[in-house]
Amino acid sequence: MNGLFDLPSDLQNTYWGLVGLHLREALLPVLAGLLLSLPLAQLCVRLRWLYPPVLWVTTVLYAVPSLAFFVVLIDYTGLSELTVMIPLAVYSLVVLIPAIVDGVRSVPQETLAAATAMGFGPVRRYLQVQLPIAAPAIIAGLRVACASSISLVSVGMLIGNAGALGNMLNSGLIYNQPRLIWLSVLGTAVLALLVDAVLIGLRIWVTPWMPRGSRATSLAVKAGAR
Amino acid sequence: MNILNHIDAFFGDSAHWQGYDGIPTRLLEHLQYTLMALAMAAAVGLPVGLITGHTGRGGNALALVATAARALPSFGLMVLMFILIGLGMAPVMIPLVVLAVPPILVTTYEAMRSVDPAPVDAARGMGMAEAEVLLRVEVPMALPLILSGLRTAAIQIVSTATIAAYVSFGGLGRYIIDGLYQKDYEKTVGGAALVAVLALATLGLFWALGRLTVSPGVRRRG
Repeated sequence: MNGLFDLPSDLQNTYWGLVGLHLREALLPVLAGLLLSLPLAQLCVRLRWLYPPVLWVTTVLYAVPSLAFFVVLIDYTGLSELTVMIPLAVYSLVVLIPAIVDGVRSVPQETLAAATAMGFGPVRRYLQVQLPIAAPAIIAGLRVACASSISLVSVGMLIGNAGALGNMLNSGLIYNQPRLIWLSVLGTAVLALLVDAVLIGLRIWVTPWMPRGSRATSLAVKAGAR
Repeated sequence: MNILNHIDAFFGDSAHWQGYDGIPTRLLEHLQYTLMALAMAAAVGLPVGLITGHTGRGGNALALVATAARALPSFGLMVLMFILIGLGMAPVMIPLVVLAVPPILVTTYEAMRSVDPAPVDAARGMGMAEAEVLLRVEVPMALPLILSGLRTAAIQIVSTATIAAYVSFGGLGRYIIDGLYQKDYEKTVGGAALVAVLALATLGLFWALGRLTVSPGVRRRG
């Protein structure tokens, strides 16, 4: 008799091992996307003409289906985690760039002028004034990016079992064990909700001056509206 | 230029253009899944988004529902529905609709909230009924954003409908999945190219739709 979390040996991993793998495959790309979109968004804020073309490129890249993206990358990066992670990083740009641009642009001119008058240089002003004020918008974008990233990792199963929790779907079908499929679907959903909760916590922690509730919710709704 | 060679070989092979596994058949199946799922998701998302957006209530509940729906993995859900229900349209439609409802719902709500209140008040002042205010003032003004929500949903459906092939349904995903199993890389890449082109065509369609339906007075950049 199987324990609830026992997995068939061909998965070569424990349930919690797969959970860890899933988190890594889903969140590293979002992190990479964030590191890439911070400077890009700053460029878009500085050079207004750059924003529409950047939006266009990311939207077009987003239109490439994940499975198609994976398949094309197999030729270059093989059947590996990297093949799953590159498209996820690209997708996260679509949400993160507009979120950061909107966030940074929403900083009032008076606030910036005050910071300059206090002797803040451009770098310090960016790090200590603009970024913290933009933080709620950025985190709202991260929430959407993380949720879709966690969901999409499962598709990696199709390209040589690189789908972490998604790998259990195949085993569940082969061995006719619905338990494995339930574990995969619910595990992925719970993971997405936990990461979402952590991000909400992070937002409350980094923006102690904000009232809980309305504005933050509307930002989350806004970031989802892309 | 490996990929291009594969694509060229795939589309050049006339065997790929006919029969039940031909490109036209698979393309039609894919379009059928997409349109059905989009219609169902819009039937759920649009009215709820319009009404919550109009009244300005229920934003929190909406964000909660959207988050929960986003947390469900489409691929896993499809496999789960397949083992629970078996062959049929439902295992394909349920995950696709779950996937498409959050962007439509949330964007419609946000679109209605971001309508300039001045013209809305003016319309009320002119004696328009509440339904008229909604349909003749707010919706036309919110249309660009509403369309962008539908566009996101449509693209996600086109993209995700490929995985239906894994649980033995048709659509363009057949080429990708069969190709992977048969180690026929040409087929896989050809299928991937077809789906990508279809997604881009969807993007173009929505652009054209926006041009046609959005009043020039409210047209925005981008």
